[in-house]
Amino acid sequence: MTETAATAPGERRLERAAAKRRRHRRNALIAALSSIVVIGGIAALVLTSPGWPTVRETFFSWSEFKNAFPEVLSGFWLDVKVFMVVEAAVLVIALVIALVRVNRSPGLFPVRLLSTVWVDVFRGVPTVLLVYLIGFGVPALELEGLPTDPVVLGGIALTLSYSGYVSEVYRAGINSVHWGQTDAALSVGLTQAQAMRHVILPQAIRRVGPPLLNDFVSLQKDVALISIIGPQEAFRVAQIYQGENFNYTPIIAAAMLYLVITIPLARIVDRMGGAGGVR
Amino acid sequence: MAGGAPVIEVRGVTKAFGEREVLHGVDFDVAEHEAVALIGASGSGKSTLLRCIDLLEEIDDGDIFLDGEVITDPSVSPVAVRRKLGVVFQAYNLFPHMSVLQNVVLGQMRAQGARRREAEEEGRALLARFGLAGREGDRPDELSGGQQQRVAIARAFAGKPRALLLDEVTSALDPELVGEVLEAVRDLKAEGMTMVIATHEMTFAREVADEVAFLHEGRIVEAGPPAQVLEDPRAEETQRFLARLLRAGRA
Repeated sequence: MTETAATAPGERRLERAAAKRRRHRRNALIAALSSIVVIGGIAALVLTSPGWPTVRETFFSWSEFKNAFPEVLSGFWLDVKVFMVVEAAVLVIALVIALVRVNRSPGLFPVRLLSTVWVDVFRGVPTVLLVYLIGFGVPALELEGLPTDPVVLGGIALTLSYSGYVSEVYRAGINSVHWGQTDAALSVGLTQAQAMRHVILPQAIRRVGPPLLNDFVSLQKDVALISIIGPQEAFRVAQIYQGENFNYTPIIAAAMLYLVITIPLARIVDRMGGAGGVR
Repeated sequence: MAGGAPVIEVRGVTKAFGEREVLHGVDFDVAEHEAVALIGASGSGKSTLLRCIDLLEEIDDGDIFLDGEVITDPSVSPVAVRRKLGVVFQAYNLFPHMSVLQNVVLGQMRAQGARRREAEEEGRALLARFGLAGREGDRPDELSGGQQQRVAIARAFAGKPRALLLDEVTSALDPELVGEVLEAVRDLKAEGMTMVIATHEMTFAREVADEVAFLHEGRIVEAGPPAQVLEDPRAEETQRFLARLLRAGRA
């Protein structure tokens, strides 16, 4: 009895482990083969296309890349600066809008109405149009004290657009916290505002981390939109270079610079999403 | 009705959610140091009544008094009233982003303006009293249901309330964890805590309560000493309710 109990499961265990290894090996083989077929097929298609020699010269020229890269990189630094300032402003403004919108006190009605209009309008208009309208419209007012620097105006347009999106993310997070939490907070004697500050918001913000980061990635790319009103950011610099030299390689360089930021951000989003259930 | 002056007086309280009237003129008193068990079927209005007393719901008619003063007047600050009452919820409702100790001291520090050192010292003592020494730094989700509910009891008790409102505090627990929570309630009763206990545990009601009130379709149909209401109910609704429990093996 004890002997069989000791040996029998051991054998079965070994058999199962061997079967599992075989399955893993087979799966790895299939994955490798299908990757070679698909990726190799696409590569072969591109490389044998009639226009490939020209494309290689105008899009992937190493000498053009080397020449243009420093300028594109300095343009990209402007993108990064705009991104960081806009992101900080968006996080704060969006939180204020979200808090106003979930507040029910009658005194705040006008502000609440304004916030709703803000979100509807700035989220509803394509970001590129906002950049254009603000970039050319605000200076046209010729009002003393209003900014005229296209970088600032572009930043304002991006802030308006993204604060609309992000406030809705915050609001969804706030509404996702169970009402029992508010009950418990009130029952220990907190005011509505204290309940929001100490109990609801900390939980809401933890939950919306992944969607917030997702919007960061999106904003990071959309900074390129300010190029349409003039600032010499990466895309603009690359475009000018392309116009002068009839070569698109600098645009590839700009694209790669974006990827250097957005891919790590995307991996962070993935990790946060995966860990969401664990906290 | 033994005990001192009434701490809680409920007078003709009516509450509707939309078209659905949940409480139709409820009257009852809770004297100081007394425990009143509220029994009744699910949906009979027990939870709503407790929520109305803590001003988590606004009543439509009637009045509620705490220590002789009306608390259901629009001029009364609900926050000030809630600071004098403690509530323990069926689903614990602990704050999941805080440690056990932070859960217990949050109200002390933010609402009652206690200093951190003193609040934490009291919080630790309270947790130790309910058998949770050593768990102060844990997150609520690291505890068993019974432990979580004891934290919730400590949290409600930390504000030194005039009365505790317990809303079916064992209903969400696995059967083997019920005992430890009831033990904590017994402990509070022994100390003379004034309590309103909505419960399905008839044995417990019989043991701890000074009075049992049977709530049926939003009215208190029968109230009196546990021995009378539970062993020798006069109202037909009470008899039927208890017979159903007996058949289900719960009484």
